[in-house]
Amino acid sequence: MNEQDKSGQEKMGKQIIKASELDPKFKYEITQMHGGEKLLMCFQCGTCTSDCPVARYSDSYRPRQLIRMTQLGLKERILKSETLWLCAACFTCTDRCPQGVKVADVIRILKNLAIKEGYVPPVFKELASSILDNGYAYRIPELRIKKREQIGLPPLPKGNPESLAKILHGIELKKLLEKRGE
Amino acid sequence: MAETQGEIKYLIFLGCAIPYRVSAYELSTRKVMEKLGVKLEEMPEFNCCGVPMDPISHEMMLLLAARNLCMAERKGLNIMALCPGCTGALKKVNTMLKNDKNLREEINKHLKEDGLEFKGTIDVKHLIQVLNEDVGLEKIKTLVKKPLKGIKVAEHNGCHVLRPKEYMGFDDPEDPKILKTLIEVTGAECLDYMDESQCCGAPVAGVNDRIPLQLTKEKLAHIRDVGAQALITICPFCHMMFDTNQIRIERMFNEKFGIPTLHYPQLLGLALGMPPEELGFRELRVKPTELLKQLGFQGS
Repeated sequence: MNEQDKSGQEKMGKQIIKASELDPKFKYEITQMHGGEKLLMCFQCGTCTSDCPVARYSDSYRPRQLIRMTQLGLKERILKSETLWLCAACFTCTDRCPQGVKVADVIRILKNLAIKEGYVPPVFKELASSILDNGYAYRIPELRIKKREQIGLPPLPKGNPESLAKILHGIELKKLLEKRGE
Repeated sequence: MAETQGEIKYLIFLGCAIPYRVSAYELSTRKVMEKLGVKLEEMPEFNCCGVPMDPISHEMMLLLAARNLCMAERKGLNIMALCPGCTGALKKVNTMLKNDKNLREEINKHLKEDGLEFKGTIDVKHLIQVLNEDVGLEKIKTLVKKPLKGIKVAEHNGCHVLRPKEYMGFDDPEDPKILKTLIEVTGAECLDYMDESQCCGAPVAGVNDRIPLQLTKEKLAHIRDVGAQALITICPFCHMMFDTNQIRIERMFNEKFGIPTLHYPQLLGLALGMPPEELGFRELRVKPTELLKQLGFQGS
């Protein structure tokens, strides 16, 4: 398959691993988090990668590899990789893992950590700011809202930004998203 | 507790993608549910189910979902979601918070900031679950006025209505049956095809524009190869991939598919005797002209 992806599609696992890159505590950080508990159970059978729809068409996205790199503690390399964001969260890997590793959850944890380190794909900034502003992940155009009436649909339920701000207090989401060096 | 003497009543949860781009799914659902005697009430307030925020902050996802669950608890009604993504998030968080006391306390601490509390008194279902479990195939069968005999279609469930099995669990993700059965009740034939339960790729569309189109193209090819006249979906995102993007895919790969993609309630609506105009058929990009002609509808 001809890989045309410009970025992050570096072959993460095909580089020399230096001992200084390994963070032996990283795996325990992950097993502490919800969904990451069984990370160490992975014995690298490769069911996840062979059943992954995205891996079929990507030369770089390999869930098995991400799991192994997490076990090894290649933290920096994982978190800055754009490949991480190719997971579709279809949960096929999680459902089929013979060892009960919640592969998609581990990858979600890695994404959350990548955000904390300031690696934020732009699309998430848009989605988050729309949710905080009006409750909906997209900014629904006035025209659409008017059209609802015309075709006999009831008015859309309203968002409540004040309430959202209150309950999300302490998540510091805005700070997370601002870190993107822009 | 949310049902009184056989009356089926739900809070309809639209999500964000449906009001943004996929009104035909909502419109046809409302029409069909009215015909089937299912009462739908609107969410008193709405915020995103949380799914799009899970990659950014799991905690934010939990809170967004939990807030919606609290709204439904206040109303004392179960939620019926149309989008599998919303269904997945709301079901999962509902189960997690019901079962995990520590997590519930942590989330409630946040919710309390706006006087809310998760109590765990309601349930969440997807549209096809409501049709299958509450309305029931027998009742639907008796209301079918115009059996769609001779029509051959294929189905695409979408991942999140089936997986992860731990939280969804109402159908077998390796061999899903419910949507197929619901299609067959209309009188149409539902064909098997290769890699039926494979992802359409939509969730990756925000970060990569090639892989999702390749995945959808592969599915369209399998669907065409078995001779399906239409594809039936129950997810706004899958629908956008198969319908909205189909012409783009045809151009990109220089291949012809011409497979109309219907929201399941549109198909059911036809079988219940409703005309295509009432079911939002005009919104479809790939026009099901031949299919409607075969069923005796002209000029739709």
